[in-house]
Amino acid sequence: MRIGNLWAFGEGPSRKKSAPGGTLAGRPEAGRVQISDVSIEFNTNGRRNLAVDGANLEIEPGEFICLLGPSGCGKSTLMNAVAGFVAPTAGRVEVDGKRVRGPGPERGMVFQQHSLFPWKSVRKNVAFGPRMAGHSRTESDSIARTFLGMVGLSAYGNHFPAQLSGGMQQRVGIARALANYPDVLLMDEPFGALDAQTRAMMQQNLVDLRQEFHTTIVFVTHDIEEAVFLADRIIVMSASPGRLIKDIRVDIPHPRTHEVVTEPRFVELKKQCLDLIRAETTRAFEQQGQSV
Amino acid sequence: MTNKTVPVADEPVETAPSAPDNTTATAQATDAAPASEEVPRAGSSSLGGAGDSSIGERLKVLGGTWWARYSVRAISVLVLIGLWHLASVNDFRLLLNFENVPRPGVVGAVLLDLLSSDIFYRHVGASVERVAIAFGLATISGIALGVFMGRNRFVEDVFSPYVEIFRPIPAVAWIPLAILMLPTEQSSIIFITFLGAFFPIVLNTMHGVDQTPKDLVRAARALGASSTSILIHVVLPAALPSIVAGMAIGMGIAWFSLLAGEIISGQYGIGYFTWSSYSLVQYPQIIVGMVTIGLLGTLSTLLVRYGARPFLRWQR
Repeated sequence: MRIGNLWAFGEGPSRKKSAPGGTLAGRPEAGRVQISDVSIEFNTNGRRNLAVDGANLEIEPGEFICLLGPSGCGKSTLMNAVAGFVAPTAGRVEVDGKRVRGPGPERGMVFQQHSLFPWKSVRKNVAFGPRMAGHSRTESDSIARTFLGMVGLSAYGNHFPAQLSGGMQQRVGIARALANYPDVLLMDEPFGALDAQTRAMMQQNLVDLRQEFHTTIVFVTHDIEEAVFLADRIIVMSASPGRLIKDIRVDIPHPRTHEVVTEPRFVELKKQCLDLIRAETTRAFEQQGQSV
Repeated sequence: MTNKTVPVADEPVETAPSAPDNTTATAQATDAAPASEEVPRAGSSSLGGAGDSSIGERLKVLGGTWWARYSVRAISVLVLIGLWHLASVNDFRLLLNFENVPRPGVVGAVLLDLLSSDIFYRHVGASVERVAIAFGLATISGIALGVFMGRNRFVEDVFSPYVEIFRPIPAVAWIPLAILMLPTEQSSIIFITFLGAFFPIVLNTMHGVDQTPKDLVRAARALGASSTSILIHVVLPAALPSIVAGMAIGMGIAWFSLLAGEIISGQYGIGYFTWSSYSLVQYPQIIVGMVTIGLLGTLSTLLVRYGARPFLRWQR
């Protein structure tokens, strides 16, 4: 898929939320995420369940972070705390020094699937954020067109989401999140429901978009290869309780293409993650066996 | 997609050769389907709504087309009229007594006669007016209460006992109280009709609002939407299919209730017309009245469903 002209903003709308330097990426020094001693506990049927245990993490502006871990390790919960959907039981989450107390447009969210408004056309879905930010209808539509062009879906503005394939729907979801010019983009297993080919295409797509957007990205996945391919840093999580056990810097130069997956460094990082996850899964499995 | 259904109408033989085309079409469907979307939509209105490509596919499997199916329906009605004719001509009497039932021909003649009289339209007009007022009020108040009940647990707890207790009370049972409580005959009939339409709309709205996908609410919040915006852009559209279903049910019950009200009181109205014809021993008029009620009920329900269609185009 082709990326549209990212710099053709001459005819575009003026931004209400200003971007110094005029880049799409938002403020260059914005998007710092600080997670300090965050624990998140759930009450399920009277039993207390520690989903996240004492997480500490600092994410630099513009960094691409993958939260990697086995299913049920609390990686989505931790992300939801950054999004503001879940309040930490202890500790605090700050974005650019401001404590997170609820969802907000400066933190864009891309969900796993089925999060587009089915009754709105593709363009109206993307224009929703700008509308809510107070842009006029025409301005919002124009912003939506720009971002739809960027994900290669200019021709589908008038379609309803149900008329698009899963991969196209996710591209709309990404365009919708970006149309708010977020400082942080939170992606919760966004390609998890797609078939292998589409997923590979979407990953490449995201890598290409990255070249233009320097927004901080927190990406939740359980797919090791996906994490190594996309991330600047991989945070490996353990299951029950969810802990951050390893911070791995992915020192593979950008821009990456899928050829990179056969390179020795890629394979090495992949193996490192795989060993960690395998050890964790085994441990969690044995632990469950004991507790029953 | 439509051109597959068209040849089948004339030549069912075409079905087999066109089948392989279908499979290739679905293989490309991911990107090709949106482009061809305009075509089935254009066809659907001319086929009276039955022209949806998916329905078209199903009809093909059943070996019939939409007109074949409507022919069956028309014949079915004609068979009933034929049986009725035979039964009344022969004074059929076994469980059902047809001795006093007028023949279809006589009823038809009376109907034609009535269609050229002013009084018949006055009766129909009075009923339509009452239903329109009552249904309009029920829609506005029913959706409002349903939304509040669906969104707020306290409001739900306050109102659900009333809804639960009043809902099963049939319209006829309301008549004495309606007459005692309301100033005019007209207002009592409208009140009874209103009650009939109100409860299905409240319950369906509440259910629809309750079923709003959580992820969509979260998505809207993450995009910076306020509670009011979420109500307008997420909750109401999500509940709309359910609300429309409630309105269609409510419309049916509104006619049902209206008739109960008109039989007891009123000077005009199709219910009054039907019941007074019985008192006046005008048997053909009874049947004309009944058929009119049935047609009006069906038409108004269709009006609700088709009126909502443009807003539900996103549903496929």
